[in-house]
Amino acid sequence: MSSILVILSVQDGRVKRSSLEALSRASALGKAEKREVIGVVLHSNALSLAIDAVHYGATKVFCVSNRIFDSHLNPPLIAGIASVVELVKPRLVVAASTESVKDIIGALAIRMDAAALPDVASFEISGDHVLCERPVMAAKMMASTQSSNPLVFVSLRSGSYEAIRSESETSCEIVEVPFEFDVSTLSATLREIVTTTGEAVDLTEAKVVVAAGRGVKDATGKALIDELASITGAAIGASRAVVETGLFPATAQIGQTGKVVSPELYFAIGISGAIQHVAGMSNSRIIVAINKDADAPIFDVATYGLVGDCFKILPILNAELKKILS
Amino acid sequence: MNFCVCIKQVPDVQASVQTGRMVLNAYDASAVEEALVINANNADSIDLILIGPSSATETIRKALAMGATNATHIVVDEIAALDSFAVSNLLAAHLKGHKYDVILTGKQSQDSDAGLAGGMLAELLGLPFATNAVGMRAVENILEVTRQGDTGQEMLEMITPCLVTCSNDMNNPRIPSLKGIMGAKRTVITTTQGAPGITRTVVTRTFPPSAREAGIKFEGEPEEIVALLLDKLQAEAGVL
Ligand SMILES: Cc1cc2nc3c(=O)[nH]c(=O)nc-3n(C[C@H](O)[C@H](O)[C@H](O)COP(=O)(O)OP(=O)(O)OC[C@H]3O[C@@H](n4cnc5c(N)ncnc54)[C@H](O)[C@@H]3O)c2cc1C
Repeated sequence: MSSILVILSVQDGRVKRSSLEALSRASALGKAEKREVIGVVLHSNALSLAIDAVHYGATKVFCVSNRIFDSHLNPPLIAGIASVVELVKPRLVVAASTESVKDIIGALAIRMDAAALPDVASFEISGDHVLCERPVMAAKMMASTQSSNPLVFVSLRSGSYEAIRSESETSCEIVEVPFEFDVSTLSATLREIVTTTGEAVDLTEAKVVVAAGRGVKDATGKALIDELASITGAAIGASRAVVETGLFPATAQIGQTGKVVSPELYFAIGISGAIQHVAGMSNSRIIVAINKDADAPIFDVATYGLVGDCFKILPILNAELKKILS
Repeated sequence: MNFCVCIKQVPDVQASVQTGRMVLNAYDASAVEEALVINANNADSIDLILIGPSSATETIRKALAMGATNATHIVVDEIAALDSFAVSNLLAAHLKGHKYDVILTGKQSQDSDAGLAGGMLAELLGLPFATNAVGMRAVENILEVTRQGDTGQEMLEMITPCLVTCSNDMNNPRIPSLKGIMGAKRTVITTTQGAPGITRTVVTRTFPPSAREAGIKFEGEPEEIVALLLDKLQAEAGVL
């Protein structure tokens, strides 16, 4: 049977956890259906990064080593993945639903005569069909969606499956794929990447997220948020309201426009709980909401809600947490 | 820059009950707004194109009232049966006969949340493209685009013609003026019948997501409720 190809995205010098979640899921499907599961890494350092995939069920990893992949530019990424898809001829291509993947999946599907199922919460292969469930309407509804196209691309929301690492020695073949890209053909050039400083923890992979909303108001509030995040080792998230005011960077935005997160613990502080925000965080395991309005919709999704002023609650919470966690 | 902005009519997802109210997709509204800002001081055109049922005309009028120049309505009544592949093919068939400097779409529709049509359309037309744009500036035949990437904002210089999909983080779309609304009423919308075409994906069922278990709400003095929370987090949730 034709294989499942998993695109392994790299960030901060390692394969992203969400890619390993996708690989683990693909391995489970591969085992059940006797399909080979193949990884592909596109990065200047692909060879050394590929080793990780062995522990998550890949029996072969294709390495496309080229510096051009180290910052995101869609034409080379599309060409690189396309060349591996042509080589492997998989039934299914799976990737974590990162911004880079969202950028290319539509164009790639057209180029490869494939169907695309984007941003899914689950997927499987059933006979001739690839089936998935994906949130729609700002995650107010789920849609069972399927495709019988011979080649299907799936992008998977982070946190949908567990990344299961196995320590047993399995053999894995590493295959280098030569790739040349003529930059003079590009009609779009990347001038600059403005990275927001001091993002210690990657938001989409964080175990704890501290998210701030309009209730956090100002620099004093932000300092309390920073403190809570540093005590709990959390990544900092934000609602659209405080991204708009510039209090928090756009990379921190969580929701329909922003990122989707699913940490173990999510603090929603001074966030009302608009559906577009909830769309990005409702899969968190434990949600703690702090809001002075007892009727705020965020309490409908919160595991634990504290009704009150975050400027009064946070100093106490931070002090108590410091005692517990130090 | 001569723009074509692809727009869609979507259900109002914000409405607490399903009212059936239909609105201009918020991401598309930002695309229209950005084209208006870039063309504020020139006479270049901003054409709209919408695929949807006859009743979607009101959404076209809304975008015209913001200040767009012309509009084409490709009438497909069973819009829900179309997937991004079918939609982008319909758009491509129409756009192949036109010359635009920049084609804009929303980064996704608020209803399907797929985010595929822009990239698909660009590939069908053989255009360079950028998605999830949060900023845009025109300098002669170059479009400077800032897009939200995984770790930060990526600034691209794109040679036109090109295609860009827009985030609502780009701007706050204007509310149409009375003059705009009156003008939009007189604009002739070119209407053609669209053949639905082939799809590659099918939605077989929609259903509400499994609800989260009802939580606990603590009210009282800050010291008191923080203590209650920490107890729960340690004893029950096991996250600390
Ligand atoms: C197409 C579209 C996409 C969108 N995408 C996103 C998205 O990705 N992410 C996102 O977040 N939003 C998104 N939005 C915006 C969303 O609808 C809301 O406007 C936004 O989430 C509101 O942010 P907020 O909760 O911080 O602010 P508000 O709704 O203003 O809520 C502030 C909350 O803070 C509380 N508060 C005030 N003072 C205090 C205090 N001292 N202590 C405790 N609580 C206090 C208030 O009671 C209130 O509940 C989108 C909207 C649209 C139309």
